[in-house]
Amino acid sequence: MVAGEEVTIFVDGRRVTARAGEPVAAALYAAGIRTTRFSRRRGEARGPFCMVGRCTECVMTVDGVENVRTCTTPVRDGMRVETPGGRRHGPSGA
Amino acid sequence: MVVVGAGPAGLCAALEAAQAGVRALVLDENERGGGQLHKQIHRFFGSRHHGAGKRGFEIARELMEDCARAGVEVRLSSAVLGCFRTGELLVDGPQGVYVLRPRATVIATGASEKSFPFPGWTLPGVMGAGAAQTLVNLHGVLPGRRVLMVGAGNVGLIVAYQLLQAGAEVVGVVEAEGEVSGYEVHLQRVRREGVPVYLRHRLLAAEGGEGVEAALVESLDDGGVKRFRVDALCLAVGLAPQAELAAMRGCRISYAGELGGFLPWHDRDMRTSAPGVYVAGDAAGVEEASVAMDEGRLAAVSAAEDLGVLDAAEAAAIKSALLARLEGLRGGPSARSKRAAKARLCSG
Ligand SMILES: Cc1cc2nc3c(=O)[nH]c(=O)nc-3n(C[C@H](O)[C@H](O)[C@H](O)COP(=O)(O)OP(=O)(O)OC[C@H]3O[C@@H](n4cnc5c(N)ncnc54)[C@H](O)[C@@H]3O)c2cc1C
Ligand code: FES
Repeated sequence: MVAGEEVTIFVDGRRVTARAGEPVAAALYAAGIRTTRFSRRRGEARGPFCMVGRCTECVMTVDGVENVRTCTTPVRDGMRVETPGGRRHGPSGA
Repeated sequence: MVVVGAGPAGLCAALEAAQAGVRALVLDENERGGGQLHKQIHRFFGSRHHGAGKRGFEIARELMEDCARAGVEVRLSSAVLGCFRTGELLVDGPQGVYVLRPRATVIATGASEKSFPFPGWTLPGVMGAGAAQTLVNLHGVLPGRRVLMVGAGNVGLIVAYQLLQAGAEVVGVVEAEGEVSGYEVHLQRVRREGVPVYLRHRLLAAEGGEGVEAALVESLDDGGVKRFRVDALCLAVGLAPQAELAAMRGCRISYAGELGGFLPWHDRDMRTSAPGVYVAGDAAGVEEASVAMDEGRLAAVSAAEDLGVLDAAEAAAIKSALLARLEGLRGGPSARSKRAAKARLCSG
């Protein structure tokens, strides 16, 4: 049901191809990235859980704004997305 | 009249209101109208009043078109943040945050997925079945290649089948009860694809490093533990009515486990305990889209009556037709406990 044209976003500096209009979290999943943040106290990996903007497990830093729910935020060409807590296990995220 | 939620309940409420001559505005936080329907790609049951035989997203599109024709304004990407005791609504929309003072409010906010904690439940790859459905049906992305589904209700069975169709391997459906609560057709579809359904089994834990790699499942009969290698674990363990706005407004809240838990008390005609506030659809107890549609229509007729737009006789005539239809929809054996719970609620 997705028809958006290709756009490029930058995830922790890495180029990821996405389709215009899809949420950031879906673009990340499509690219094999399922960790969206690391928990503040224990540093545990977290990823999208509800995909409807309710659980906040998917929050990332988007274009410099912290705590953006990536499951309800559509991608835009050139968007910069950062993993809060830092991506430590390489870009695979799996 | 303001309707919160553009699912089947909210859209049908707005359409019915417009037909009665009440100006209706629908607000939904989603960027698409249709609520749950827009992610459903399977054909629906029900009667011709409820879009039977059509796919969920087709019903959603038709309802949105009907609203446009009827002059109903639908504001998308507009979340209702608050519903105050004064009756005012606080809305966060594309133009910013603003306040509405409707004379009647229909709460049709639907339900949210339930979840439960277990070791490993925060690992990436563990998600609600609805989240998996959103990924696969709406965005064309698989949540994983090897998936275990927890819960054999309709949502678990339907999403398991849709994941199969999209090319994932579903290693099993786990269900703690001794029988499947979902419809037989959905069960048979999954079984025909060779997916084992483990009855009387429960999920113990998810394991993994930076994401789920395995799920541990225990037999409730002999205590044996199975280990499934998976990269996605989906939870389909029920839905709970979204009653927050009603609670904030001061509506009396009741409990009915069969209908999903806490929900706004309402009478047979969908009036809550707060004057001018009505509730419909999954927010008034989790049932089905067809029920949600007729509850929405019922709520709108009550509102039109209370606003003085319909007189008592006109309202009574429309209501009795709708109530008879609802009776029919709740006639099946699987709806029996829900029907009883609804009757208890409305009389209490
Ligand atoms: C996998 C699956 C399969 C199903 N199959 C069938 C089937 O075959 N037949 C059938 O009859 N039913 C089926 N259903 C059930 C059906 O989809 C629901 O019962 C129905 O959608 C409920 O309608 P609703 O309008 O009450 O809520 P929803 O469709 O959930 O709509 C509620 C809307 O309210 C909005 N909202 C919530 N809170 C706010 C807020 N604060 N501000 C603004 N907007 C808000 C949401 O964004 C949403 O769009 C299925 C459900 C699922 C999950
Ligand atoms: S996945 Fe739950 S808020 Fe985004």
